Amino acid sequence: MNFDLTEERQMLQDSLRRFLRDKYDTATRNGILESDAGFSAEIWNGLAELGVIGALFTEEQGGFGGAGFDVTTVFEELGRAGVVEPLLDSAVLAGGLIADLGNETQQEHVEALIGGELQLAFAHGEPGSRYDLNRVTSTAAQNGSDIVLNGRKAVVANAEAADMLVVSARESGEAGDEAGISLFLVPADAKGLTVTGYALLAGGRAAEVTLDDVTLPESARLGAAGKAFDAIEARTAVATTALCAETLGAMETACTLTREYLGTRKQFGRPIGSFQALAHRMSDLLIDLEQARSAVINAAGHLADDRASRERHVSAAKNLMGRVGRLVSEDSIQMHGGIAMTQEYELAHIAKRITIADHRFGDTDHHLERFIALSAA
Amino acid sequence: MDLSYSDEERAFREDVRAFLAEKLPKDLSDKVKRGEELGKEGHERWHAILNDQGWLATNWPKEFGGAAWNAVQRHIFEEEAAAHHAPRIVPFGLSMLAPVLQKFGSKEQQDYWLPRILSGEDWWCQGYSEPGAGSDLASLKTTAVKDGDHYIVNGQKTWTTLGQHANMIFCLVRTDKDVKQQEGISFLLIDMDTPGITVRPIILLDGSAEVNEVFFDNVKVPAENLVGEENKGWTYAKYLLTHERTNIAGVGFSQAGLSAVKRIAKSEMAGGRPLIENPHFAARVAQAEIDLMAMATTNLRIISKAAAGQAPGVESSMLKVKGTIIRQEINDLARRAAGVYAMPFASEAVAGSNDALPDPNDAGPVAAQYFNNRKLSIFGGSNEIQRQIIAKTMLGGAK
Ligand SMILES: Cc1cc2nc3c(=O)[nH]c(=O)nc-3n(C[C@H](O)[C@H](O)[C@H](O)COP(=O)(O)OP(=O)(O)OC[C@H]3O[C@@H](n4cnc5c(N)ncnc54)[C@H](O)[C@@H]3O)c2cc1C
Ligand SMILES: Cc1cc2nc3c(=O)[nH]c(=O)nc-3n(C[C@H](O)[C@H](O)[C@H](O)COP(=O)(O)OP(=O)(O)OC[C@H]3O[C@@H](n4cnc5c(N)ncnc54)[C@H](O)[C@@H]3O)c2cc1C
Repeated sequence: MNFDLTEERQMLQDSLRRFLRDKYDTATRNGILESDAGFSAEIWNGLAELGVIGALFTEEQGGFGGAGFDVTTVFEELGRAGVVEPLLDSAVLAGGLIADLGNETQQEHVEALIGGELQLAFAHGEPGSRYDLNRVTSTAAQNGSDIVLNGRKAVVANAEAADMLVVSARESGEAGDEAGISLFLVPADAKGLTVTGYALLAGGRAAEVTLDDVTLPESARLGAAGKAFDAIEARTAVATTALCAETLGAMETACTLTREYLGTRKQFGRPIGSFQALAHRMSDLLIDLEQARSAVINAAGHLADDRASRERHVSAAKNLMGRVGRLVSEDSIQMHGGIAMTQEYELAHIAKRITIADHRFGDTDHHLERFIALSAA
Repeated sequence: MDLSYSDEERAFREDVRAFLAEKLPKDLSDKVKRGEELGKEGHERWHAILNDQGWLATNWPKEFGGAAWNAVQRHIFEEEAAAHHAPRIVPFGLSMLAPVLQKFGSKEQQDYWLPRILSGEDWWCQGYSEPGAGSDLASLKTTAVKDGDHYIVNGQKTWTTLGQHANMIFCLVRTDKDVKQQEGISFLLIDMDTPGITVRPIILLDGSAEVNEVFFDNVKVPAENLVGEENKGWTYAKYLLTHERTNIAGVGFSQAGLSAVKRIAKSEMAGGRPLIENPHFAARVAQAEIDLMAMATTNLRIISKAAAGQAPGVESSMLKVKGTIIRQEINDLARRAAGVYAMPFASEAVAGSNDALPDPNDAGPVAAQYFNNRKLSIFGGSNEIQRQIIAKTMLGGAK
């Protein structure tokens, strides 16, 4: 066993950390949060130049990483700085699906993505699907040599900025069936595609996407007809692991800020960290932070396993991050007092990132139930 | 021991319901339901409607124009008001300053200020906290120096809730630096329009603009605006704080919040079934409801015990701690219930500028409310400070 980062990953971590320290302070980030686009093209390009997007893909996909620990190394750093640029949605999810399933022509999008020239989004969840990956009711119907999409997709992150959306739709079966789901590449300017956007509480933007007789050639299909579920689940496992690593990074920042504050803030003539009521809570956070780190390592280290093992470790990590995340976010705010309630203080954004992560790819309860089911199997 | 309401109490509840059904403006209750800010006008309108009914100052004695309700009546009103999504009563003048004036103010001050609180002529805010004086309130540094028939005030207050709407602020100020901290504090009433006062908004993490910083630069305050005696302000401040805490259990808010959780969980689908049928989520809701049922009775027991006008002691700290834990738990359930729809930024959903968001299950503002209500365990004496008070009282001298 060896828990050290490889030399390449260590370099990636160092350069990314340096980049974000220099370019992504609280004021800059808060400016980005309030901007119309919700993210900075300059930062996006900087990350691409640094090779951060390439690190999320394997060599044969045109990148130079792509393993679980590459993904977690990147996302832990993004999480520490509270980065809102859409790497998870554009690269890991949508880009990852194209890389996993695309034919040669479609793979060219991955190259553009890694170069920083393309934005993507994954339009999968629907108003009634909550966290279930198989509950797809949007339809794809064959019409001669064309495919016609209809349906509605919920809270699609990065949809407005995307040049192209990876959209799931059902070619056969019923909501809840794994079989029958296909993926399609839909250009942002496709007729019948409506994207209604809004800002997200923890930064970035999302949209409700409606598909109203969106007509595509067959070449828009990604992978085999009706067989996309396994790829969606595997990609979501990578994205969930990335999100867990991001949350870990955010929790590190929350704990660092809180520790520092306990040492500097004085009330009753002494640092508040000298009150045992706070010192013990801080100790508990630090204990759980180490648990969170291990859960992320477990998930990343098992991403290449067979489905049962992979998913069981991912669900374990996401459940633990949900529980520890709540504790870290709430207790960090509480131990700061009023100051942590203000938008301009770094912890406010970090705490929101931690909590809102519980609302993507399944929350604490969803993954607890899933873990039980996977363990019984 | 009898848990049932008397005939009079049941009749009173019917009166309250009828009043709310008839008089509560729909635009206001809609805003409350959606978690929108009411604005000054909205609060003032609701206060005026309550005042016309004689139900604004429910905790004031009759001699000052109050309703002098007993604990059970107040509880019934709180429950019904929250269930009907009535705006909360802005407490600063009515339940913080007024009890202090009634107990420690001069006859002139009572005659002048109390009717203006009822009529809405004055909007008060609370100037206690400072950047360096939060939990350790007695370390406050804002000074007031006597100069003939005036005080000259210099310093800064912060976290001043709804100070942007206020024309008056009651402040704790330092009038003697050379004595024990608690013995050099005075209680001053200050007109916010006085030259030298600057109010700056603080945006909170949910995007709301409900608190402010207030700066005082050589502000001239008439000496007659001193409440009680100079350097006795700490006694009055503590008296006020116990009043602040009696309302803080928020049982009515929790009940309304729990109903909202159930509403969301009925329309939100999980695994093709309503979320409310999911055993795991149902267990979470049940747990909160069990706690809340006990809390409602604890609240009634404690406020019944306190004789009219007399604030309860250490029990109010208990109410605050448990009441806020339960309210925050219910906020947490609401954000869980909303699933992916907890992610959108509330103010956008709330401002009605965006009809992309599904309104029916009022999922929009739940995450913002969850974050906003982190304040409940911080203000009004943080929960750590309340536990310290309980420990000191019950364990004798434990620090
Ligand atoms: C089964 C068993 C095996 C043991 N084996 C060994 C052994 O092999 N070698 C050995 O040296 N000792 C051993 N001990 C003794 C053990 O180390 C002591 O019990 C321990 O140090 C606590 O001391 P105490 O029992 O006097 O409790 P106290 O120190 O009186 O503590 C009472 C309570 O107060 C709490 N408390 C005390 N101080 C603080 C503080 N500053 N802040 C907050 N809370 C505080 C404690 O956590 C505890 O809840 C053993 C004890 C047990 C029960
Ligand atoms: C939304 C909001 C609205 C507010 N409205 C008003 C208002 O209208 N008027 C007004 O005057 N004030 C208002 N306040 C201020 C509020 O009363 C203070 O925030 C509160 O007193 C805590 O002070 P602080 O924020 O400076 O935290 P600090 O006092 O610095 O506390 C930081 C942490 O240390 C803990 N701590 C401090 N001392 C001890 C101790 N001895 N033992 C254990 N733990 C300790 C605290 O519990 C907290 O967790 C408001 C605050 C908020 C957040």
